Amino acid sequence: MTTATTLEPAGPLPSPALPAEPTASRARPWIRFVASRLLRLVVSLLVLVTATFVMVHLVPGDPVQAALGEQATPQLVELRRHELGLDQPLPAQYVHYLRGVVTGDLGRSIVTEAPVGDLLGTRFPNTLRLAVPAFVLVILIALPVGLLTAVRTRGGRGRVTRGVFVNVTGLFNSVPDYVMATVLSVVFVVGLKLFPAAGLTGPRSYVLPVAALVVGPAASLSRIVRVEALKVLDTEYVRAAKSRRLPRRLLYLRHVLPNMMTASLTFGAMILSGLVAGTVLVENVFGWPGVGTVISQAVIQKDFPLVQGVLLVLGAAVLLLNMVVDVLLGVLDPRSRLGALR
Amino acid sequence: MSTTVPTRAAARRRRVRLPGGVALVLLLAFVFLSVAGPWIWGDAAGATNVVDANQAASAKHWLGTDDLGRDLFARTLVATRSSLVLAVLATVVGGVVGVALGLLSGASNRLGKVLGAVINLLMAFPALLLSIFFAVLFGIGSVGSVLAVGASFAPGFARITQTLTASAISRDYVEASRVLGKGPVTVVLRHVLPNIAEPVILYTTIHIGTAILALSGLSFLGLGVQPPSYDWGRLLSDGLTRVYITPTAALGPAVAIVLAGLTFNMAGEHLSDLVGGRRSAPRQVDAAPAPADGPGATGTETSSRGAHAEGLADQAFGSSTAPAARPLLEVRGLRVVYPGPDGGTVTPVRDVSFSVAPGETVGIVGESGSGKSMATSAVAQLVEAPGSVHAETLRFDDVDLTRRTKDDERVLGRSMAMIFQDPGEALNPAIKVGTHLVEPAVVHLHEDKPLARRRALDALRAVAVNDPERRFGQHQHELSGGTKQRVCIAIGLMGEPRLLVADEPTTALDVTVQRQILRLVAEVRDETGASVLFISHDIAVVSEISDRILVMYAGFVVEEASTEELLARPAHPYTGLLLAASPDMAADRSRPLPMLDGRMPGPGVDLPGCYFADRCPRAEQDCRDQRPPLLQIGAPGHRAACWHPLTADDPVEAPALVEERAAS
Repeated sequence: MTTATTLEPAGPLPSPALPAEPTASRARPWIRFVASRLLRLVVSLLVLVTATFVMVHLVPGDPVQAALGEQATPQLVELRRHELGLDQPLPAQYVHYLRGVVTGDLGRSIVTEAPVGDLLGTRFPNTLRLAVPAFVLVILIALPVGLLTAVRTRGGRGRVTRGVFVNVTGLFNSVPDYVMATVLSVVFVVGLKLFPAAGLTGPRSYVLPVAALVVGPAASLSRIVRVEALKVLDTEYVRAAKSRRLPRRLLYLRHVLPNMMTASLTFGAMILSGLVAGTVLVENVFGWPGVGTVISQAVIQKDFPLVQGVLLVLGAAVLLLNMVVDVLLGVLDPRSRLGALR
Repeated sequence: MSTTVPTRAAARRRRVRLPGGVALVLLLAFVFLSVAGPWIWGDAAGATNVVDANQAASAKHWLGTDDLGRDLFARTLVATRSSLVLAVLATVVGGVVGVALGLLSGASNRLGKVLGAVINLLMAFPALLLSIFFAVLFGIGSVGSVLAVGASFAPGFARITQTLTASAISRDYVEASRVLGKGPVTVVLRHVLPNIAEPVILYTTIHIGTAILALSGLSFLGLGVQPPSYDWGRLLSDGLTRVYITPTAALGPAVAIVLAGLTFNMAGEHLSDLVGGRRSAPRQVDAAPAPADGPGATGTETSSRGAHAEGLADQAFGSSTAPAARPLLEVRGLRVVYPGPDGGTVTPVRDVSFSVAPGETVGIVGESGSGKSMATSAVAQLVEAPGSVHAETLRFDDVDLTRRTKDDERVLGRSMAMIFQDPGEALNPAIKVGTHLVEPAVVHLHEDKPLARRRALDALRAVAVNDPERRFGQHQHELSGGTKQRVCIAIGLMGEPRLLVADEPTTALDVTVQRQILRLVAEVRDETGASVLFISHDIAVVSEISDRILVMYAGFVVEEASTEELLARPAHPYTGLLLAASPDMAADRSRPLPMLDGRMPGPGVDLPGCYFADRCPRAEQDCRDQRPPLLQIGAPGHRAACWHPLTADDPVEAPALVEERAAS
């Protein structure tokens, strides 16, 4: 017993659906790697879909009654239950729901009776119009800022730079996106009247929502990038590269950057998924016609098909993002591809 | 998760330092507000006054009033209680659920795998999405939002608990009590919980700040606290709807949220610093002693060194083994200085002078901390700020390394090649072997890629790497240790190497591989005609390849001679001991190897005399008073820094002396 337990030490946490990786032939690991990540994505999506399905059935009381209000007649409730398929046995409902998700039929809103799929189809692209530029900007800001600060503060030098960097990013990091959005709105829309108040009305209407989304994540990611870059700058292989007198550009871009990407991206994925969720709040501040502005109302009105739809779309976006980051890691760091790292 | 499991160190409460003043003051202010706020400002916050409705900020109403004429400043202060209490509750809910899950999964292997997978998946989702999901389940309102935020925190708590539990459970004493038949509940209560308590409590503190932001976010969306109750998030979203009437309405709660978040984060960080500082405190005691190293002391030391070096200069040329040729590398009065603790300085390299002739192999030997690696780093220009290199002469070929220009970089890149101790560390894990090889040729020799590639394959063949085509496309983790070192040597061959600097190139390798690499370095030297500077702590290895050997001790060269001369007639007592202590060199293998007791003076120590005196069996008072200069002894080119050098009769005697010392 003793040996059995010592042979199973506190290893890394098991990852779901990751097949054992044998030392395969040369072309194969790539395919296996991408396949394993795809499989993991599919399993995670299935869990997400199941969770949103279970959610409705876990809500205390009858969801239809709750949505229609106490004064709705039993006949109306029964009719709506039938329309929504809620009078069928659970497994049948589950299969129906799964089929609907796959075919894009997410049911109709209990409140407005509009198809949820259509609503998401027009609103989700607007959410992406905020999230994608914000996402790109976060990376474009955090990587160079973090790397440059690391180069300037390594080995205990540049104390002033370090102090300014740590305090400024620490402050930005502590301002949640919705507060940042509110403050930006008060200052630039109400006070200085530089930007349109709300909605998607043109290129200028992007500035404040994107800024509100970017500031916090860019600050925290650049902190992580700096710490990771400091670690890499301290390695023997960077010393070895320096001993070869490589130009700085090559040294930092080819020898430092890929190695700090592993940890930066792993944390970055968390920060960027947070950004996807952040759109919900920021959209509410700026009256942006995305999915974020409908979800809070839908939750309050107990419009479950709509809530399910929004959670599915945002959850899937997060999972997809995580997979893309995983594959990117595989490209940048060959060790993770072979499963040696995780 | 790098959080270490706290040891049950006796020195648990060594220094109790107060957390940073600002954080503490703010923290107390928030606690005061949440306790007393509703009593003091409750009436003002609740008093409706339609006459005063929707007022802008004024002396009477600092943040203006809302649509019912209630004072917004008072409301912001009063909201402190609900905001903080709900945040603490949510954190506690998340902590209890998460720790329970983590203990469950950490305590059992099978359950752990399943729960671990679930936790991993949940961790992928941002907290806000999870809390919206749970808000649907638990209903909107104060209770629902506390449960929802708590539930969204649970995976994080579960993860950290799981990791800590797993590492606590694998400890020997826990193992032992399991073998003794203690049940899992006993094990968890007695061994696991006390061990994970501290980091978990720390994590909890930090999360109160996050909970404030998360709950305010939910309230901001209308999913949290419902009217007529209010918290900061509610005030913020109310303020936002009337931002054109009273812009300040939104600013009060905004500042409160940020300030509270910052305060609790800072408090958490200070707390973890406190815990971390306490834990690392014993380590600081071990740090090298740094005696007075004031500016006065340094000044006198420098001047004496200057005089000493001048004496050396006269000798250096006369004693060179290859007097006809100009040395390829010339080092005179080399000194490497780093800022030390408490504003002083430390000097890992105190005074080093030597030269390397073209085609010559010079070995540097010394124990760790003798400054040999640092001296080579200085030669290779790898010492970085805050360290600084000082030398009267530091010349490689035509390049003055003390004043090097951009063009010199190219010369160095082309003709100075370095081999490092651990080839696994020296090759970049993210870059293919081929790129390592091609890169210097493209950068320094301006070769095109196909040519560089062809030469790279040749170089791999030259260092006897099998299947070079395949190796070219591989990464370092796919190679064996010996092959990695061969690749490192091949990289050196891609330029036009004139000096090969090998810093302990065989130390990290297996004994059989060591021999192969040593032979390879010799082959490369013979074929390219490059000089070699070979550093090792092992005098047997150094003597195998070197024409001439330098012995270093405490940042000084203490002896220098041709290899045969040094092995046959060591003059410095330290060299004698090194030879006697080397199993390959000791003449009489039936006797136990001598041990040097005592310690080499650290780089922060400043002594007037010989740095070896305290460990030297031959030391007398004059050794401690005055430092012996490196002077010629016996054969030409044989120099030693010793007032009482070994003579022809002595070497046999030296180990015996040490043995006696060790025995007594």
